[in-house]
Amino acid sequence: MKPARFRYLRPETLEEALAMLAEWGDDAAVLAGGQSLVPMLNLRMAQPAVLIDVNRIAGLDRIEIIGERLHVGARARHAEVLRSATVARAAPLLALALGNVAHEAVRNRGTFGGSLALADPAAEIPAVTVCLDGAILARSSTGERRIPAASFFEGVYTTALRPEELLVGVDFAPLGPDFRFCFREVSRRHGDFALAAIAFAGRIEAGRVGECRVVFAGVEESPRRLAAVEAALAGAAVSDEQAWRAAGDGLGAVLDPIEGAEYPAAYRLLLARNLLLETRRQLEEEAAR
Amino acid sequence: MTSAPETTAPIGMIRTDTPAIGRSMPRAETRRLLAGRGRYVDDGAPRGCLHAAFLRSPFAHARFTIADTSTAAGLSGVVAVLTAADLAPVCRPWQCRSGAFPGLVSPVQRALADGRVAFQGEPVAMVVAESRARAEDALDLIAVDWEELPAVASLAAALSAEALTHPELADNVAWRTEFGSADFDAVFAGADFVVEERFAFERKTGVSLEPRGVLAEFDPAEGLLDVRISHQMPHQLQLHIAEQLDLPIGRVRVACGDVGGGFGIKMHVYPDELATCAAAKLLGRPVKFVADRIEALATDIHAREHQVDARMAVDGEGRILGFDIHDVQGLGAYSVFPRSSTTEAMSVLRAMGGPYRFEAYRARLECLLQNKSLTGQYRSVGHPIACAVTERLVDLAAARRGEDPLAFRRRNLLPVEAMPWTNPAGGRMFELSHHACLDAMIGLVDLDAKREEVRAGRAAGRLLGLGFASFVEFTATGSQAYGAAGVKVAAGDTVVASLEPSGSVRAQASASEIGQGVRQALAQVLADGVGLDPSNVRVETGDTRTAPHGGGAWASRGAAIAGEAAWRAGRRLRGEILAAVAALVQAKPADLDIRAGEVVEVATGTPRMTLADLADLVLFRSHELPAGVRPQFTVAEQYHRDDDPFLPTNGIQAAMVEIDRATGFVRLLGHWVVEDCGRIINPLLVDEQIRGGVVQGIGEALYEACRYDAAGQFTSGTLADYLVPMAGDLPEIAIGHVETPYSGSSVGAKGAGEAGTCGAPAAILNAVNDALAPHGASLAALPIKPVSVLRALGDLGAGEAP
Repeated sequence: MKPARFRYLRPETLEEALAMLAEWGDDAAVLAGGQSLVPMLNLRMAQPAVLIDVNRIAGLDRIEIIGERLHVGARARHAEVLRSATVARAAPLLALALGNVAHEAVRNRGTFGGSLALADPAAEIPAVTVCLDGAILARSSTGERRIPAASFFEGVYTTALRPEELLVGVDFAPLGPDFRFCFREVSRRHGDFALAAIAFAGRIEAGRVGECRVVFAGVEESPRRLAAVEAALAGAAVSDEQAWRAAGDGLGAVLDPIEGAEYPAAYRLLLARNLLLETRRQLEEEAAR
Repeated sequence: MTSAPETTAPIGMIRTDTPAIGRSMPRAETRRLLAGRGRYVDDGAPRGCLHAAFLRSPFAHARFTIADTSTAAGLSGVVAVLTAADLAPVCRPWQCRSGAFPGLVSPVQRALADGRVAFQGEPVAMVVAESRARAEDALDLIAVDWEELPAVASLAAALSAEALTHPELADNVAWRTEFGSADFDAVFAGADFVVEERFAFERKTGVSLEPRGVLAEFDPAEGLLDVRISHQMPHQLQLHIAEQLDLPIGRVRVACGDVGGGFGIKMHVYPDELATCAAAKLLGRPVKFVADRIEALATDIHAREHQVDARMAVDGEGRILGFDIHDVQGLGAYSVFPRSSTTEAMSVLRAMGGPYRFEAYRARLECLLQNKSLTGQYRSVGHPIACAVTERLVDLAAARRGEDPLAFRRRNLLPVEAMPWTNPAGGRMFELSHHACLDAMIGLVDLDAKREEVRAGRAAGRLLGLGFASFVEFTATGSQAYGAAGVKVAAGDTVVASLEPSGSVRAQASASEIGQGVRQALAQVLADGVGLDPSNVRVETGDTRTAPHGGGAWASRGAAIAGEAAWRAGRRLRGEILAAVAALVQAKPADLDIRAGEVVEVATGTPRMTLADLADLVLFRSHELPAGVRPQFTVAEQYHRDDDPFLPTNGIQAAMVEIDRATGFVRLLGHWVVEDCGRIINPLLVDEQIRGGVVQGIGEALYEACRYDAAGQFTSGTLADYLVPMAGDLPEIAIGHVETPYSGSSVGAKGAGEAGTCGAPAAILNAVNDALAPHGASLAALPIKPVSVLRALGDLGAGEAP
């Protein structure tokens, strides 16, 4: 379990890094926190010719408000995002989700952008990024693309990022102060990848759901907003368990859950449904406070 | 507390004022290990050390031809690419044979497979290179032509014999047996009722923090093979390395440094370890191999793959009449050498019904070959299966009678006055304390309060359950088990103790320190045996160059066997010291004592001479000694117990669980253990052994499984797939003790290392079934999976069994 040989490059600037990516493209892997890449190298599941270590590049880890938008730099460590007062104010859903990401040691090294670029179906960060309609910033030596999260994730470990592009950060547009957020997860042990998780953002007015967003992690191959469920919940009272149950019952027609030997699709569907009902209970409890 | 019957102990009973035995003390190594100064196999390498990596079979069953190794051999940094043909001249094949299992079918095994592989992960070729990474690079360049053969994976497939694990055999049966009491049929026919269940247990493994690892170095000038290895029994391995590599035993040194956990996985002969030794001899250079986590999970011995059909007969008064068990064991591709994989199944059969009185027994066993990794003696060998089966049947019988499960147990547990007794399963029961443990458990749990908590919780819609498991664990195995079967396993231990110049004591013991703290326990026993503080006793273990031949670490034997040897050695050394001082100060030895490292008068406590002064005199100025005074300040004691094949220990565990109906998860709310391991030498170490054992039992009950698909592909190769319980998911584990010392030894200690593992799965299984019972559901398969729980509750549709 030792990596195959690779060339190790450590650019000092973003421009250098992009030039290297332009040169090496598919033969390169970007090393940030290394919490997924290094095990994959050791298992020889990944055998890149070149490893581009972006840890020296200044500014890639910034968390800041630019204009109205929250910018999370790709190399921001999970622990930094989790503890950031800026994130807590501008996008509390991120912090709610990050508490479920692995363990402290992993969160100290693992990065926000790394999780997005990896696109593990069970990961929390892709799901919340989709839920918040984040814009993923992909830079190459020829320019920058803003990729809506909704079109970024293309499948298991597959994204819209091109080989010559570096994921440099994510922008989140603000949601109104009347939005409520919920993140709940089912994992086998504390810190494990999600068997199923739900990210919910919704405007709650007079005890009723207005506009809302529902995204699951761990259930399908990629996170996506579930328009049918969102429509079913729009206008429903938080206290109306029946309406939420109906929305949950509708998940079977909407979701295409991952099939597995130990966890069959029906089980993940059941978890998703229960998570939706738990979300309602949490909203109700929070409203009562 | 109960006490042992009055006996005349061989060399004098422990004094009532003993300061060290019974005292909680951290291990002497703790400071060093916590400071990061442990020396595990991978922590060092001699100059010029080479690294081995193995090409392992990607198929469960295949014929193969190695078409080309020259490309791999030509890679820079590669020293050798070795195949079966290369190792054949330096390493003999081996075959598991045991007089205890006549007719055992287990083909010949080799360090590297020769033309056919019988399980995924079996070593096929070996690369020795300047780094492990380089060796792995070269593995990719070895050209192998594979011809896949039908593979046998599940027990059902093994039974059907549609495919064969080894094509030359007629079926997949490695061994079968059947035995029972003569009146079995009559007893079952006369029963008031019979409860029955089919149980399924999945494979699991030990998951030591330090994986298996070996560093072998051959000195051709001396003809000496020097082997550093992470192992539980250096002497056993020394013997087998000598035999397989055709070296005199005196030309093989096996040394274990710190060992990061054993649990039974490090007591066998592994092909990759022998291949590493053979490569070192062949190449004349040091070669190191350390299993990575995938290799560990895939090729460390597995255990516990059983399907058990079990019945229990009960009379009209609610008394257990007998047990009927049909066990089908998944053995793996070969019976593991030298101790054999069948041992686990025989342990199941012997431990059935252990805590109870019963009249009749019938046991049937089939041990099946499969194209899967080998199985072997993992912590609490077989006992957890017998315990889960027995205790579940007991709960079923209590439910059938509409009775409190503890009331049913109380009536049936073997009482003190009925012992000694050999039960129909062949287990000799003596000096056990079932009822005392049951009473202590009720207090420890605060049972009335917990039962009220369950009642109230259920009324509020929660799925709560309490489960119990009485158990007997056979420990400290004697030579009747292996020796009598012609298997060269030492069941005795030796301690050599010396008085050192400073008045401290140094000892070499044949026991093995594998993290359980046996060195600390032996130091405490020696300290009391001689009469000094344990901090002035140093015990060394693990190196065949210095330690006398003996058993090592298996069957929870350190305290019971090596501990007794240490006591006797300590007493003998004490006798030498007292005789010498008596001659010097013109007193009678009987009037003198040794206390805190000083020889004193028994009556007054007046100091006569310190051990430091005495050692100084005897070791450096012996010409000053009176004529005829020739004290022996190095003594040796060998101890092997001849009368009882096993020391039975007992206890009871309780678990409280909650089932989350939204997920099917089982959450442990509490776990309690009351156990009796005889005399407790160090309560801290015993409690941590129990806790660690319980945690492995929790893993067995809820998390751990070595999974294979139908083609025999191993699918649990990482710790993301093979789940072990994590601290954050565990409840408080409360522990109580009853102490019934073994009357046949001076120390009175029995085994403690496996009791936690023995009873925990059964207690949890019963607790889960207690929670499921009000919903008309039950389970009988371990580990208990979320999907199974929801299916049992009818919340999730049935499908393929996960």
